[in-house]
Amino acid sequence: MSEPTRRTIQTDYLARVEGEGAMSVRLVDGKVDEVELRIFEPPRFFEALLRGRSFLEAPDITSRICGICPVAYQMSAINAMEDLCGVEVSEPIRLLRRLLYCGEWIESHALHVYMLHAPDFLGYDGAVEMAREHPDVVQRGLQLKKTGNELMIVVGGREIHPVNVKVGGFYRAPTRGELQTLVQPLERAREAAVETVRWTAGFDFPERAVDCELVALAAPDAYAIEQGRVVSDHGLDIGVQEYNDNFYEEHVARSNALHSRRTDGSTYLCGPLARYALSADRLSPLAREVAAEVGLEVPCRDAFRSIVVRSVELVYACDEALRIIDEYEEPDAPAAEVEPRAGVGHGATEAPRGLLYHRYELDSEGTILDAKIVPPTSQNQLAIEEDLRQVVDRYHDLADDELKHVCEQAIRNFDPCISCATHFLDLEIVRE
Amino acid sequence: MESRPTLAVWKFSSCDGCQLSLLDVEDDLLAIADRVQIAHFLEASSATVEGPYDVSLVEGSITTPEEAERIKEVRAVSHALVTIGACATAGGIQALRNYADIDDYVAAVYASPEYISTLATSTPIADHVDVDFELRGCPINKKQLLELVSAMLQRRKPSIATHSVCVECKSRGIPCVMVSHGIPCLGPVTQAGCGALCPAYNRGCFGCFGPAETPNLASLESWWRNLGVDEKGLQRALATFNVEAFRRQRERANTAHDPD
Repeated sequence: MSEPTRRTIQTDYLARVEGEGAMSVRLVDGKVDEVELRIFEPPRFFEALLRGRSFLEAPDITSRICGICPVAYQMSAINAMEDLCGVEVSEPIRLLRRLLYCGEWIESHALHVYMLHAPDFLGYDGAVEMAREHPDVVQRGLQLKKTGNELMIVVGGREIHPVNVKVGGFYRAPTRGELQTLVQPLERAREAAVETVRWTAGFDFPERAVDCELVALAAPDAYAIEQGRVVSDHGLDIGVQEYNDNFYEEHVARSNALHSRRTDGSTYLCGPLARYALSADRLSPLAREVAAEVGLEVPCRDAFRSIVVRSVELVYACDEALRIIDEYEEPDAPAAEVEPRAGVGHGATEAPRGLLYHRYELDSEGTILDAKIVPPTSQNQLAIEEDLRQVVDRYHDLADDELKHVCEQAIRNFDPCISCATHFLDLEIVRE
Repeated sequence: MESRPTLAVWKFSSCDGCQLSLLDVEDDLLAIADRVQIAHFLEASSATVEGPYDVSLVEGSITTPEEAERIKEVRAVSHALVTIGACATAGGIQALRNYADIDDYVAAVYASPEYISTLATSTPIADHVDVDFELRGCPINKKQLLELVSAMLQRRKPSIATHSVCVECKSRGIPCVMVSHGIPCLGPVTQAGCGALCPAYNRGCFGCFGPAETPNLASLESWWRNLGVDEKGLQRALATFNVEAFRRQRERANTAHDPD
């Protein structure tokens, strides 16, 4: 009997992801034995340090969980507090929040598509290296990103950790004139986004599919961003308040990130693939038209093609921002009055990477007694590992360096945000 | 032979926002990349060049035993080491653990505390190694970041103001939110750098840039008291992203006034 051949492949620091993590793969006789994502981004204990703080501080404090998607944290926190305190905000305030969130989608998706993900498909180490041969393409991406940032600056005060949002609304509502300055840049950005869809759709994709349940927020009359019900392609359809009854988190030794599962223990995926599968019919006519032009099917279960889905969402976010600005009426008051109440509140929104859930318990003074925050990368970690296992099964005869590259790319398909998920990557492939 | 100066970016415990500021200088990024070799920046590129590096930008605070060792290695391969953002310069919001029981913190978040390796404190980089310059902010201001990088590459002192946010309000012609709207504001004791952002949005400053040079906390306390906020309320407001820097500032002020 021959000795089994063992191979170990390892990446110590995964590049072009937000935060720090590692991956290891162990192969025995060319079969995958074990795939592990290890998140060693150190824990910062947000859920603990929120205890004893005022409910009004949650948006500013939780935005510091992630510099790439601070608006997502602010909005989920605000939704939870307003749910708890029984506050309904006026339509102009809801639309301003959606507008600010469109800015974050544009900034974050442009960053991921152009600077983190596209270099994988075109064989560069990063966007700066890619810019030497494709300066016009990288400039297009930077201009898109800049437009997202400008939108966040006008509505939120600054692009990283915006200062203008609060429970109940905004400190100061922007004027129609201020928003009008964004129209020309957004129109150019929308054209650049359409070009981005055509560009990314032309990349080489290995034909693959993720087979787990797809979970996202959905709204009746719009592509869900700042609010919605939690739905899935397996028939789940619940209010955000029922999230805890349908999902749970577990803590495993290898990771500072908690892993989420459905209550039956199964794996699910959130993010662009899930949103597109569940709500593609609610995209704007232009976004649907461009998706159809490049042959992007609904649903799209190919994680490598998530770059095309993100690009379609870029078109949508520009389109939607322009629609909101066009219809904008300044609100009578920038914020609704909010009185704290004792109780439990739930909030969820669609961060660029997927569903972000917050739950808070307050006393009657508005002091936070307990906080629970479930970021998209925690929810996606099991799905990423399962996908990685299939990728290694398919490409195990590649040389270690090449296999390592394919694995890293497979992880970046999910745009993991490790800073957020700590409570994510080194790549190690062990062949035995 | 590569002759451009080398720039490295390092991450410790943080949200990635301050290093993202380097990618947020969209109009200047490719020009910078022409003049500086970005030799180590994992968030942006898989390519890395061996040190030593002319300038290292360090984001994040020290919260694990591994980080306390790794920062010494970064110092050893850096000609100039500058820290960027409130986590690196003051310990960040995660320094709230310095005033709590770390076991309670771990148990509040994790079902299996034994899997977690962490320090009981979150401390600024300068507590562990020599730092050549500290750039404040939560997040940092990207114009200040450009000034810092240019100054370091020219081996001159960066031109970064250490006066308070009040000076920025005055120069922008923003009416004082405490005087004209009765809104509690940390501007008088907070270092400039944001451009008086919050007052421009009818909001009181909440201290993202840490203590200004010689802040008068006693005077601020009486202002806040007149606006109906007690000392505990002020302490809570100071206890966010720069909690450790404001505490140390207060301790220094108390020592200076103590005749013993």
